[in-house]
Amino acid sequence: VVLPRISSRMIDIQTKMTERALELLCLPENQPCYLLDIGCGSGLSGDYISDEGHYWVGIDISTAMLDAALDRDTEGDLLLGDMGQGIPFRPGSFDGCISISAVQWLCNANKKSDIPAKRLYRFFSSLYAVLVRGARAVLQLYPENSEQLELITTQATRAGFTGGVVVDFPNSAKAKKFYLCLFSGPSTFLPKGLTESQDAHQATESTFTNERAPHKMARRGLMKKSREWVLEKKARRRRQGKEVRPDTQYTGRKRKPRF
Amino acid sequence: MKLLTHNLLSSHVRGVGTRGFPLRLQATEVRINPVEFNPDFVARMIPKVEWAALAEAVDCLNLAAIPKEPIEGFEHDETFLRKMHHVLLEVDVLEGTLQCPESGRLFPISRGIPNMLLSDDETET
Repeated sequence: VVLPRISSRMIDIQTKMTERALELLCLPENQPCYLLDIGCGSGLSGDYISDEGHYWVGIDISTAMLDAALDRDTEGDLLLGDMGQGIPFRPGSFDGCISISAVQWLCNANKKSDIPAKRLYRFFSSLYAVLVRGARAVLQLYPENSEQLELITTQATRAGFTGGVVVDFPNSAKAKKFYLCLFSGPSTFLPKGLTESQDAHQATESTFTNERAPHKMARRGLMKKSREWVLEKKARRRRQGKEVRPDTQYTGRKRKPRF
Repeated sequence: MKLLTHNLLSSHVRGVGTRGFPLRLQATEVRINPVEFNPDFVARMIPKVEWAALAEAVDCLNLAAIPKEPIEGFEHDETFLRKMHHVLLEVDVLEGTLQCPESGRLFPISRGIPNMLLSDDETET
C-alpha cells in the first residue's frame, strides 16, 4: 500500500493540534511524562511529544501508517491495535493521553457486528483504567454532528470521566476544532476555547460531570418559581446544551394573576 | 518494543482481566538502541515497574541480570539509574511473540511492533 503524499499544510495542522492537545493536557512543568497516543498514525504527533521531552506509546489500527512511522524512525513504541477493543495496559500506566483526529472513527460500524456505543465504552473504560489517577486525556476529534458528539461524551461519562468539550474558533468553518478533555480524577476547571477575538466571555465549552450532590445543594435554598429559581433552571438547561432564551430584565418577572 | 512497554502491556483477551499480565516474552531478534539518558524519567518510572516481570524478561533475552529489587535511594544512584535506563529503554525487541499467561493467546511482534488486534470472539463486550 502506498500512502498518498501528505501536504506540508496538513503536517502543520496536525502539529498545531498536537501542540494544543498537549497544552490542554496541563502536564506538570519540567517533568518528563509517559503518554499514550491514540491513533498515532505515522508518528507526527509522537514526534512533537518527543520534542517536548516526553516519552510515549502509540496505537494505530493501520499497518500502512505504522510502517510509515517506522520509516520516520519515531522514538515512541508503536502498537498495532484497535482502540475499540480496549487499551491493553496495566492500570495506572500513563501520565496522560492524547489523540489527534482518531476517536470519531469509533462511531463508524466497520462490520455488521460493530456497535459504536459498545466500542466507545470499551475504549473509554479501558482508557480510564490505564491512566494514573488524576491524569487527563485530550482527544481532538471531528464529530459528524452533535448527536455523534453526544454519543461519544455519554460513553466517556459512563466510563467515569469528567470534563467537557473545548471548541477552538467556533465561528470559523475552516479553523473550528473540537477537543474532548477528560479528567480521571476529581472535577477540575475546563480551559476556555480559543476565539479570533480572544473574547474570554464567549462561552465556547460545555461541561459534563457525574457530580450531582453539590449542584443539588445549590438548589435547596431557592424558593420554587422565584426569579432566582427561573434563572437557575435556565442555566441548567443551557449546560445540558438545550436552546434557552437569553436572560433579560423580564425573566421571571411577576405576571398578572391569570398566569 | 522496549522492555518498559513490555512491562506495562497486559492481555485484553475477553475474560482474562488482571490475569493477563505479564505477557510471556519470546524474542528471535533484539537490537540495542542508544537513547539519551534522562535520570528524572527513569526514576519516575521505577516505582511503576513490576520487578519480577522485568527480571523474567531480562532472563528470557539473556541480558545481564538486574538487581533483585530497586535499591534504597535509587532516585540518586546514577549507576543504578543508568543500568535501568539501558534495560528499560535501550533494549528493543524486533521479532518475537508475547503470550497471554491466562488464555495462551500469542501476539506476534514484527519490526518491533506487537500486533494486539483481537478477533470478535476474543473481544470483551
